[in-house]
Parts: sequence; C-alpha cells; structure tokens
Amino acid sequence: MNNSVKPRKRHALTTRLWHWVNALSLIILFMSGLNISNAHRRLYWGNDGFAAADAWLEVPRFPGWMTIPDYYSLSAARDWHVLFSLVFAFGLLAFMVAAFANGHLVRDIFARAREWRLANIWTDIKEHAKFNFEHGDGKYNILQKIAYASVILILLPLMIFTGMVMSPGMEAAWPWMTDVFGGRQSARSLHFIAAWLLFGFFVLHIALVLLSGPIKQIRSMVTGNEPQETTDAEA
Amino acid sequence: MQRRNFLVAASAAFLAGCSKIGDTQWFEKLVDGAENWHRGLHRALGGGRITMAPEYDRSAASPVFRGNGNQTVDSDEYRAAEAEGFANWRLSVSGLVDNPAELSMDDIRALPQRTQVTRHDCVEGWSAIGEWTGPQLSTILEAAGVQPEANFIVFRCADFFMRGSADNRRRVDYYESCDMDDAMHPQTIVAHQLNGEALPTRNGAPLRMRLERQLGYKHPKYLTGIEVVASLDDINGGKGGYWEDVAGYQWYAGI
Repeated sequence: MNNSVKPRKRHALTTRLWHWVNALSLIILFMSGLNISNAHRRLYWGNDGFAAADAWLEVPRFPGWMTIPDYYSLSAARDWHVLFSLVFAFGLLAFMVAAFANGHLVRDIFARAREWRLANIWTDIKEHAKFNFEHGDGKYNILQKIAYASVILILLPLMIFTGMVMSPGMEAAWPWMTDVFGGRQSARSLHFIAAWLLFGFFVLHIALVLLSGPIKQIRSMVTGNEPQETTDAEA
Repeated sequence: MQRRNFLVAASAAFLAGCSKIGDTQWFEKLVDGAENWHRGLHRALGGGRITMAPEYDRSAASPVFRGNGNQTVDSDEYRAAEAEGFANWRLSVSGLVDNPAELSMDDIRALPQRTQVTRHDCVEGWSAIGEWTGPQLSTILEAAGVQPEANFIVFRCADFFMRGSADNRRRVDYYESCDMDDAMHPQTIVAHQLNGEALPTRNGAPLRMRLERQLGYKHPKYLTGIEVVASLDDINGGKGGYWEDVAGYQWYAGI
C-alpha cells in the first residue's frame, strides 16, 4: 500500500537545477570579477573617484589562478561577466518565483516566531559547535535559515542591483537606483563587499557539507531524494 | 593531502577549460548575444521613453578630470594645430549625407549649444564628473541630411597607437562608432569645452564626443571627422572601434 505513495523529494527539481546553475554562475562571476577588479584596484564612496587620495580601500592584485581568464584581460573577463550575469539574474528570478509558488521559501526558509527565541538560537550555536548537525522537525535549523535567507534575499539581489547601477545604459533607464546605493562608486564598493561575503558563505557552506556527510548531501542535491540511513532496515 | 591535490588539479582544469571555451567562435557568438540582450533590456526597462544619463549640479564636478588612454597626439600636425589654438581645426561630415561639410571651430561654436554635467565611467572602473559644452550631434546630422541607408556614425580621430613588435611597428588610428539611436540622443554632443574652459589636451582638445549612456572608450577624443555609414564591416578591423578591434572590447559599452 505504502509503495504507491511517492515520498516527497527533499529538494524540488527547480531547487536542484537552480542550485547547480547558480553555483557555476557565481564561481564564474566571482573569478571574472577578480580579473575586472585588477583593472582598477581602488574603491571609493559616492559617485566619482579615481585618485588614491579619494579611495577608502586599496585592493590587492589577484593572481592568475584566482581569475577567469587565468591571465589579465579586462575585455575577456567582461565577456564572461556580461554573459553569466544574465544566467545568474534570470536564474535567481526563476528560482524565487518557483520557491514562492511551491512553498519552499515560506515553509523552509522563513523562520517561525518561536525559532527566533534566543534560547533556540543559542542551542543551535552550541550544537553546531559540537559538530552535531542532526535536527528533528523542520528541514533547516535557525542558523541555516538565517544564512540561506541572507544569501537568497539580500546578498544575491544586492549583487544584481549594484551590478545594474554600474552599467551606464541600465542606469539611464533607472537612474533612481544609483541614488538608492549612494552613487556609482558606492555601488561598486558594495558589489565588491557583497562578492566577498558570498565567498565567505561559499567556504562555510562547503565546510558544513563536508562535515555533515558530503556524499549523501551532494546526492540529495542531485537526485532530490531524502538522505535515508534507515532504508535498509525498513526493507 | 590527496584531496588537496585533487582540488588544485580540478581548479587548474576548470581554468584551462574556461580559457579554451573563451577562444572558441561559439563563445564569441554567445557573448555577442548577451551584449544584445543587455542593450535590449536597457531600452525596454526605459519603458519607451528616451533614457537619459543622470546629470549633476556643477558643484559635483570632480576637481581634476582624469585623462586616460592617449593624453595627446604624437604628430607634428597636431603640435602645430595646438600651437595656433586649433584655429584651423576642421571637423569633416561625410559619408551617407546629402551635404558633406567641413566645420571650423567657429562654425561649431555658432551652433545651438548644450551644457551637461555628467559622469564619465571608464571601463576600468573609475568615474569622474565634468561639465561638457557643445552642439548636439543630431543638429549637425540634420543639417547634413542623413540618407535613409544610414545605420551607424563613425567617429574619426587624430590620435593613434603604435602597435606590433619592435621590428614591425605600425600606426593604428583611434576611431569609434555608434548606432543612430545614440547618434540622435539629446545628450550626444560634440564637446569643445570642459568645465567652462576650452578642452584640455589630455581630455581631447579641441573636440571630443560625449556618448553619455556608454563607457569612456566610446567618447573619442581629438575628433576630426563624422562619417555616416550603412555598415561597420569594412571599416578598419570591422568591429566598430579601436579597442573593439585590437583587444576585443564590446561594441555596446552600455554594460
């Protein structure tokens, strides 16, 4: 009887597709972005800036093994960036629509009021510190929800909008967006900061996947199936 | 340790793969497609109106306007023209027009003028704000009578770069181009003043194009000619501009 009931997938097909397309896009955008950064290694606040005296940060030169292509070429790096910015932005838009429609966002990513209790957050921090990643009810714990929501709802859209502000043709269409970020050079600085915050998330994400059983985690993000350790016993 | 070696090898293979893909014809096609998508989005999100680059108050102008690329023209003709205050500089209007013309600096100053304080964004990433003054390109083109086959405007310049190996140096002239949409745009002007003064040499004296919805390399300096054409294919490298030809920069620099 139970065999006729198809078990619900841990990750919906749209989530899995987006996850891998987005991962590839972010890696390419980050590495081509570092090549673009090498073209002018200073960051400013406000609308304009080009002199060392105006800069709030002198950025190091990123070596070839960190960049796409693996030698300095602003034009080639821009080609990769311009192409994958579309894949990334429309991919995120499609995922958001799907995740809202299938309830993933509201059910799994948004935290309930009780999860925001300090005691709950503290317990979660302690369990993470003990490398215990088992959690009973709900797909994600509060720390995961905070991390995923910050990335999906804040950092990724921030990358898109600050990128759009830096594009003069786009800016002419929506000039108000430049003011939202406090000027073009501010948007460029925020683009750079958000890129490194995303890199930080990437490192943490990979580390936690490695600590919590990489094979079963990757398998479930590919096939969508629940990582079941008890399958054999049930059979 | 094995895992680490695997990661290093995997990332090296990924980078080598990217370089291989980047050199292929189909990648170039894909990028051209993406460039058109961006341009289409920029126009579509403008909601049908003529999209305008932001303009600033004069007080927002950068204290110094940086010069980049060529800061002067390394020729005797240019040095002579500079010495006489560009009194005999001519701007030719040619190609698919009913009335070809040679405009003097006085002719250009006598046309209706537009003054705009705009931000100049270099492809490298920096920005500078300046006040530019000059006639709209549309005024010059309307006087010349653009023929119906016209699709692009080519901007000819006095400056050039020496390229090639030491034993095979050749002179490659700077040039740029835009479509009729940008050519007729109200902010597209032939500037002869920056911040109320005649253009400084490093910023393109005596004439420089302003194409405010695109990056800095689309604003050619030391302007000598405006040529109306149907196609860019047979002009110099065929890609529509100096940096497009020699280094593969995108022709649509609104991204």
